[in-house]
Amino acid sequence: MSGKTLYDKIWDAHVVQQDEGTCLLYIDRHMVHEVTSPQAFEGLRMTGRKVRAPQRTIAVPDHNVPTTEDRANGIENEDSRIQVDALDKNARDFGINYYPVSDIRQGIVHIVGPENGWTLPGMTIVCGDSHTATHGAFGALAHGIGTSEVEHVLATQTLIQSKSKNMKVEITGQLMPGVTAKDITLSVIGHTGTAGGTGYVIEYCGEAIRSLSMEGRMTVCNMAIEGGARAGLIAPDQTTFDYVKGRTHAPKGEQWDAALEWWKTLKSDEDAHWDKVVTIRGEDIAPVVTWGTSPEDVLPITAAVPAPEDFSGGKVGAVKRSLEYMGLNPGQRLQDIEIDTVFIGSCTNGRIEDLRAAAAVMKGHKVKPGLRAMVVPGSGLVRAQAEEEGLAQIFRDAGFEWRMAGCSMCLAMNPDQLAPGERCAATSNRNFEGRQGRGGRTHLMSPQMAAAAAITGRLTDVREMMAPEPEPA
Amino acid sequence: MDKFDKLSGVAAPLPLVNVDTDMIIPKQFLKTIKRSGLGVNLFDEMRYQDDGSENPDFVLNRPAYREAQILVAGENFGCGSSREHAPWALLDFGIRCVIAPSFADIFHNNCFKNGILPITLPQEQVDALMAEAEKGSNARIEVDLESQTVTASDGTRYPFEVDSFRKHCLLNGLDDIALTLEKSSRIASFETEADAQRPWV
Ligand code: SF4
Repeated sequence: MSGKTLYDKIWDAHVVQQDEGTCLLYIDRHMVHEVTSPQAFEGLRMTGRKVRAPQRTIAVPDHNVPTTEDRANGIENEDSRIQVDALDKNARDFGINYYPVSDIRQGIVHIVGPENGWTLPGMTIVCGDSHTATHGAFGALAHGIGTSEVEHVLATQTLIQSKSKNMKVEITGQLMPGVTAKDITLSVIGHTGTAGGTGYVIEYCGEAIRSLSMEGRMTVCNMAIEGGARAGLIAPDQTTFDYVKGRTHAPKGEQWDAALEWWKTLKSDEDAHWDKVVTIRGEDIAPVVTWGTSPEDVLPITAAVPAPEDFSGGKVGAVKRSLEYMGLNPGQRLQDIEIDTVFIGSCTNGRIEDLRAAAAVMKGHKVKPGLRAMVVPGSGLVRAQAEEEGLAQIFRDAGFEWRMAGCSMCLAMNPDQLAPGERCAATSNRNFEGRQGRGGRTHLMSPQMAAAAAITGRLTDVREMMAPEPEPA
Repeated sequence: MDKFDKLSGVAAPLPLVNVDTDMIIPKQFLKTIKRSGLGVNLFDEMRYQDDGSENPDFVLNRPAYREAQILVAGENFGCGSSREHAPWALLDFGIRCVIAPSFADIFHNNCFKNGILPITLPQEQVDALMAEAEKGSNARIEVDLESQTVTASDGTRYPFEVDSFRKHCLLNGLDDIALTLEKSSRIASFETEADAQRPWV
């Protein structure tokens, strides 16, 4: 019999009951936000059910919250306010852990969880949000669920699941200068397509993955869902343990030692069986941007906009439609595409390391006049740390708006939206039609690349900005 | 949840790949705390023009398809966000079945929780059904969950696969939560064991 993958091991440790075809899986952590939970709590009320394990449940409003400093005075948009108020009330009534808008620890749920030590290796973690995959960076089995399943987990602390297949994505070697975790994850999707991971849980491995910080690993796993996978995983190692240690809800003392012992066993066996393997050389990954309206529409920044005829099947029509939507012509150089807006933030790239990277590019530069540029830290704690490190000042001096924490323009449910036809260099994870505002055009990229675009006003190869000054002739 | 056993209805063709949940129901309609009433905003950005009037070219606005109960679409249908508002909107419009070569995982799950049957068929068969659907109300497609078949108007039968547990729930309109709560004592003993093994969780 072959060995087990990391996914197999976490799965096996959480099986409550194996039925025919499906399985009842225990859920260690349940994270909740205001958009996908009201109907679930309403369901509990209607049936007189309770939350089975309120201590395992963490709620935070993030999608709808305004990111302006005056938000403490209340949310102006009525529907948004009703949703956030509903979460306040539900958290209180059902006794679950809660970070209200006024709490400095408030932020995007996938940043709040890891930051406060709720996310630990070997756990099962779910949230009514597809980017729950982020937590897989810790070697936790983490995935998004729908609202009916949110209600199911609230009531039973379990989920009815069928097991996915195992896929290994190995990034060998090292990344070249200017290439980041975001470029890895976008390149993988460019390689496999947005449905390439459907039916699989992906484990990312290889030297280039091992060399990433926890922030970088979270960026990689965050977009596993964009590749269609149920979850993305990275085996925990010293980098993981160092990140987790000392966080508020992480184990302490003897429990830490016991936890560590188990965590160290959380890796795929040498002889584990993989249903699919993808290998990419780290050295082959370039800084990339998206040109279309699907995250698989990825190309190196040095490339040109493709033509519909370059594709086959249903993709031909989709590309035609997306080029029209994006206002782009085949053959146009990506670096010639001018932008109107820069958005740095989201659960993909709203962590401290992302802000450091963008600030390093911005330092001593200005946002091109006429451009609107904003930084929305992923949490209040990230924001505070960035202030302390002087990053906020660099952004402000450069002409960026420095916002309060939330999802903001990643999905534009709050007032931060693109106008029709407006073009944005964004560090978020989705470039779907209308994602950042009706008619808005999104190009996904790394924080470094977004900062470079802010300086020049067009999609830009950040490596040019990093090149040493030419010798005087 | 409403039962699903047999369905005979008009199928609307939507020959697009990667139809994402933002397309199915854009985020401005997620600010609701209810499940109902989302049907009017199904496919909102494709269905309505900038002035709010209907786009006459969009399939669900064409007279033949206004009562469609089945949707035939391209691969990776329902990709993107986990929003259950997507199946809620489909259901509220009247769609009870989606046929495509492949579905995104979470959307696929969400359908079953709401009495919608997602059917995966090979691309050639979807193409054939797409051509059928193009005939409008002249072509009623029959879906039979019990025998796991789709029957086109010309009598061609297409068998499909479905998970047995989900089929059972759908056929009987069963509520997952009630079923799981029957296993409460099993869950409690798991908790005791897990607590001993991993007390830090
Ligand atoms: S930042 Fe964007 S992708 Fe992340 S949880 Fe918020 S809306 Fe979703």
